[in-house]
Amino acid sequence: MIHHPEIRDRRGEAGGAIALAGAWDIRSLESRSRQLGGELARYAGAEAWDLSGVQRLDHIGALLIWRAWNRRKPAKLVAHPEHEALFADLAAIPQVAPERRRISLVEPVRSLGDGAAAIAGGFIDLVRLLGQVALDLVAFARAPARGPWREISATIYRAGVQALGITALVGFLIGVVLAYLSGEQLKAYGANVFVINIVGIGIVRELGPMLAAILVAGRSGSAMTAQFGVMRVTEEIDALAVMGIPVAMRLVLPKVIALAVAVPLLVLWTNFVALTGAMLSTKLQLGIGYRMFIDTLPHAVPIANYWLGLGKGAVFGVLIALVACYFGLRIEPNTESLGRGTTQSVVTAITVVIIVDAIFAVMFSHVGFASR
Amino acid sequence: MTAAIQVEKLWTQFGDAVVHRDLDLTIHAGEVVALVGGSGSGKSTLLREILGLQRPTRGRVKIFGHSLHDASEAEFHKLRKRMGVLFQGGALYSALSVYDNVALPLRELRCFDEDFIRDVVMLKLAMVDIQPAHAHKMPAELSGGMVKRVALGRALALDPELLFLDEPTAGLDPDRSESFVKLIEELRHELRLTVVMVTHDLDTIVSSADRVAVLADQQVVVIGPIEEVTRTRHPFIESYFLGDRGRRALAAFHQHPLPPALDDEEEEADEPG
Repeated sequence: MIHHPEIRDRRGEAGGAIALAGAWDIRSLESRSRQLGGELARYAGAEAWDLSGVQRLDHIGALLIWRAWNRRKPAKLVAHPEHEALFADLAAIPQVAPERRRISLVEPVRSLGDGAAAIAGGFIDLVRLLGQVALDLVAFARAPARGPWREISATIYRAGVQALGITALVGFLIGVVLAYLSGEQLKAYGANVFVINIVGIGIVRELGPMLAAILVAGRSGSAMTAQFGVMRVTEEIDALAVMGIPVAMRLVLPKVIALAVAVPLLVLWTNFVALTGAMLSTKLQLGIGYRMFIDTLPHAVPIANYWLGLGKGAVFGVLIALVACYFGLRIEPNTESLGRGTTQSVVTAITVVIIVDAIFAVMFSHVGFASR
Repeated sequence: MTAAIQVEKLWTQFGDAVVHRDLDLTIHAGEVVALVGGSGSGKSTLLREILGLQRPTRGRVKIFGHSLHDASEAEFHKLRKRMGVLFQGGALYSALSVYDNVALPLRELRCFDEDFIRDVVMLKLAMVDIQPAHAHKMPAELSGGMVKRVALGRALALDPELLFLDEPTAGLDPDRSESFVKLIEELRHELRLTVVMVTHDLDTIVSSADRVAVLADQQVVVIGPIEEVTRTRHPFIESYFLGDRGRRALAAFHQHPLPPALDDEEEEADEPG
């Protein structure tokens, strides 16, 4: 029968000592450690201890007692030999305080310098990655037969074909909402038919490419970064390098090429579904027929807008792939870095897409509007 | 002797593949048992089932007499705290330092102050031979052997009664494996540990296991002291223990502590397997 840990003061008796009894192991102590620690501390000065009644003792229990002894054996101690061995272990605990990172006055300056160096290092890495991709692209163009065709087609399937569903859903809803909201405003002016112009230009020129790019960044960009990260953790990237397989050529280039192909196609698809949504909405809300919508569309939205949208899609695809690979290759082999890298990758990719979209808007402000 | 682990009539099935068929295994408190078997024989699956990480298709696992499958959430949690596991790859939390890795289970109990925890952590690290200077390193900065030792330190943090070691000496240099074996020997004397290890390392088996359980043909074919196991006629045992490698390990064992019962066994071991 195992008893609870107990402390009895028997100093009054002949050969008296502080007697401990019961089980002094973590399972019995868990809930009582503070209370027992306090009780033991009261007998800290006692010279004679009797541990012969202790049924079980482990390191945690021994440590509780050892601390009450001020880390040295009392003058008179009665204990089982195997329990004494535990105290011998405790006597060997290194008392040097484990080194904590010291905080000094130089620290802010150093962290500023470290930050600046990290940004500079990141920039150099980015340039190196871009250069490597450019070189690989040249090599690929010279010998297309040796190119990573399987990887390209696999990435197109994963990032493009498998994204058809989600882009369709989002595109359709945005088309419906956009047409409904602008229709509501135009009705007030009796300019119902201009809803086709607003929706057409808005979707083909802006929303289609943006929606596709943002969804791809969230879906595939994060997946690519995480893939690189895990490959890094499991040393797969090192294994490729050792086998003489160029990492950039096999892993980075196919992703860049595949997204440059897949995102414009997704843009086309998103445009189509979003315009369908808009068409349904205008029919229901404003009574503009499908025939009317389809006939007016080419007139309202000059073909240049399509090319602009597709071009933007290709550029966005390349940027998303580069950002994903850049952050993926910077992941250190630990879980925290993996999470941080993936987050950074998605946030950066979406930000870059929006910034570049704004640049496009300014650069092509004269292109693609119907002259009246 | 009381049983620490009882596995009764255990079946494990993945689709059509039967991994364990009516498997029985009893491990007594205070002994060191090595679990051996060819790759794919279901050693790791058995270990996971004993740990309660995976549910067997049929049969039951009892730890200290409590069935894992009928236990309430609280009981199960309590049982878990009595077990320590050294995973094959260490499974150190890569976002935490060595110190915090070992401190984590202690902090999770929420009944010791930080000062007390520091003493326990430094003790466990000293036991597994990690210098205090390494305490604030991250797992990524450690060598493979150090990862193993820190992981053992973490497995021992809560003074478990039952210690599971999955390939404890794989990836350690011979010198380190030897000190690892010694460490386990010491621990079981001091803490009365029950140790279950899955290992391929014959030296470790020979020098530290009280009994060896051989897993083959979806069952435990034999469990007993090494002499008894090597005497069993079974193709796996013959190729494993009585091949060249096995002979060398056994011979080295026989040169040092030679219990009388082993003499006639040695002759048998010399017969071509």
